[in-house]
Amino acid sequence: MDNNTRSIAFVRTQESPLMAPPVSSRGVVGWFKENLFATPRDTVLTILTSLFLLWMVPPIIDWAFISAVWTGESREACLAPGTGACWAFVEAKFGQFIYGRYPVDERWRVNLSGLLLIAGLVPIAIPSVPYKRQNALYLLVVFPVLAFILLTGQFGLEPVETPLWGGLLVTLVVAIVGIVVSFPLGILLALGRRSEMPIVKMFSVIFIEFWRGVPLITVLFMSSVMLPLFLPDGVSFDKLLRALIGVALFSSAYMAEVIRGGLQAIPKGQYEAANAMALTFWQGTRLVTMPQALTLVIPGIVNTFIGLFKDTSLVLIIGLFDLLGIVQQNMNDQNWISPATPATGFVFAAFVFFLFCFSMSRYSAYMERRLDTGHKR
Amino acid sequence: MARQTGVSAEADDSGRVSLMNDPKARGLVFQALLIIAVILLVYSGISNAIENLARAGIASGLGFFGERAGFDIGQSFIPYTNDSTYLRAFFVGLLNTMVVGVIGIFFATLIGFVVGLARLSKNYLVQKFATVYVETLRNIPLLLQLLFWYKAVLSILPSPRQVGLEPGVEVIFSLNNRGLYMPRIVPEAGSSFVFIALLVAVIAWVLIGRWAKKRQMATGQQFPVFLTGLGLIIGLPLLAFLVSGMPLSFEYASLQGFNMVDGWVIQPEFMALLLGLSLYTASFIAEIVRAGILAVSRGQSEAAFALGLRPNLTSRLVIVPQAMRVIIPPLTSQYLNLTKNSSLAVAIGYPDLVSVFGGTVLNQTGQAVEVITITMLVYLTLSLLTSAFMNWFNSSVALVER
Repeated sequence: MDNNTRSIAFVRTQESPLMAPPVSSRGVVGWFKENLFATPRDTVLTILTSLFLLWMVPPIIDWAFISAVWTGESREACLAPGTGACWAFVEAKFGQFIYGRYPVDERWRVNLSGLLLIAGLVPIAIPSVPYKRQNALYLLVVFPVLAFILLTGQFGLEPVETPLWGGLLVTLVVAIVGIVVSFPLGILLALGRRSEMPIVKMFSVIFIEFWRGVPLITVLFMSSVMLPLFLPDGVSFDKLLRALIGVALFSSAYMAEVIRGGLQAIPKGQYEAANAMALTFWQGTRLVTMPQALTLVIPGIVNTFIGLFKDTSLVLIIGLFDLLGIVQQNMNDQNWISPATPATGFVFAAFVFFLFCFSMSRYSAYMERRLDTGHKR
Repeated sequence: MARQTGVSAEADDSGRVSLMNDPKARGLVFQALLIIAVILLVYSGISNAIENLARAGIASGLGFFGERAGFDIGQSFIPYTNDSTYLRAFFVGLLNTMVVGVIGIFFATLIGFVVGLARLSKNYLVQKFATVYVETLRNIPLLLQLLFWYKAVLSILPSPRQVGLEPGVEVIFSLNNRGLYMPRIVPEAGSSFVFIALLVAVIAWVLIGRWAKKRQMATGQQFPVFLTGLGLIIGLPLLAFLVSGMPLSFEYASLQGFNMVDGWVIQPEFMALLLGLSLYTASFIAEIVRAGILAVSRGQSEAAFALGLRPNLTSRLVIVPQAMRVIIPPLTSQYLNLTKNSSLAVAIGYPDLVSVFGGTVLNQTGQAVEVITITMLVYLTLSLLTSAFMNWFNSSVALVER
């Protein structure tokens, strides 16, 4: 009896040992159950997606690696039925894809310009490196001048005409000139659109909305066909410069809208504080509002640049040979025509574009996270 | 008194600033200068253009619109031969642009919403697949994708003979390097009944929907609008079809010599353009949809569950309407982008406005200024129209705040 009451009055003085979770919710099985087969609908989706991947992925791997031709001197290597990608084609034409028809002996100048660009880009992209202002000045003013001297060949360097430029070089030149020119223009237009002067505002709005409303390809047609008509007799630009003018005007309208977004996001108090400090409009803009606005819109600027970088491929329609243009031109090379060549060339070009754009978009996402102060509602 | 010494004497005395520092006066001068500069620029441009055109012997004006075009166009939704005028060629191109724009927008929205939802799925495989789709297609230029579809996929499809088509034998469905062949519906006498029935069904669906909503608001009773509508839209035309004595027939494609004849054909250029445009734009729309749904705060779905709504109703009545407010403005700009991007058709030879008008007509007439200006104005008008419509739509779903 005594024993019985004791057993009823039993109070555990120690925590009982924890039991392991059920087998179905831990380890590999648990992961599978939670992430792939949580509900009947999930199960169906998982099965369908796996079937689709099974159908799609092995042929792609086979095409790109297993049946691909890695070495070869001409189309003969890629003609056999059932061959996959003709990487030998890319290998043979790699120099052209990067430099176009830029003279082989002068290619070091392109490489040097590339190094100068990287030397400016890397420190400005890392937020903790100081001297941002000087760095930006280098990228926006000094580097373009140096690159211009190197690439076109001034001061005793052998001149290289722009029709010889091509490949990735032209892609980068068009994109970088577009962004560098559109930056100051975009700032002016954004300020103009927010101006209290009605005529300035009207011109800015018309300019921005016009370029944003028309496709880039018509802009390029305009600058290549129509622009020469509006110039006085005897003045003529080369093809690349005309394309650059079109791209710069086009992208400055987009840049203006990005910067306007930044200016609008700054609290009104900042403008009022600048006025209260007796700063003039330009002083206030330069010292107080614009730096804040530009920092805010770094992701937007990078996104504009990604868009511009992709859009540079359109210059092939007006007969310039950017990366895509030169790949396409080389596909028709008699020495390399084969059923596999077009796909190989396009996949290579796509891969290069993807590398650039994807890394830039990762960077923009990183900056967005960094700039997110958590104050947003 | 001593405190005022810091203020400049001039300003202190008169109470007014000098004309040099008056923002209003400076603004007027600056704007006047701007107008003069713009007028000078436009004037010199136009006078140069007139001089250059006169020297090159190029006519100006819009007279060329009435002349014979003299070239053929691969795809036309209105009657067109090479005897037609440039004006008609212009409309053929415009119509082709609008057709690919509208169909592209439809597919891009469809794929975009599916992929956007898939990126939010809890299913690992589905989510990763959607992510890879978005990241890949978004980061490759559209032009490259179009050329890829056209030159690397559709152009190297086997020819009709290699597919195994026998001359003269009719096929229901065939995909070869001449295009995608499907049966064409040939209307015969009395077929208008079927189309009228379809129209009636659509109108009835809308009316029933309105009535059901009104009744639910008043009494709380629900009505199966969707099922009824579906029944109407299938049933009525079918009934009309049977009653009027089956006035439709199918025309099948077949191989004659080296060419395909009859049937309903979707040309490779159109297919490549449509594929490229919709897949590319869908990747952007997917991101917009995802951001829009994530923007609806979690409390909203919790509140809906607390009210006893089931998950399906929660998303339909609570999440989606709120997400749409965030989604629609950027969606508008994607639609605009798609319409503008359809101009890349020129690279693969689909006869859109830029290709027909800005390409062939420009080369034949040489009237660059007029042709390019008109092309740009058309796109500008299309853009403004689309954004006006979407603004109207947006204001009708926007949150009404106090």
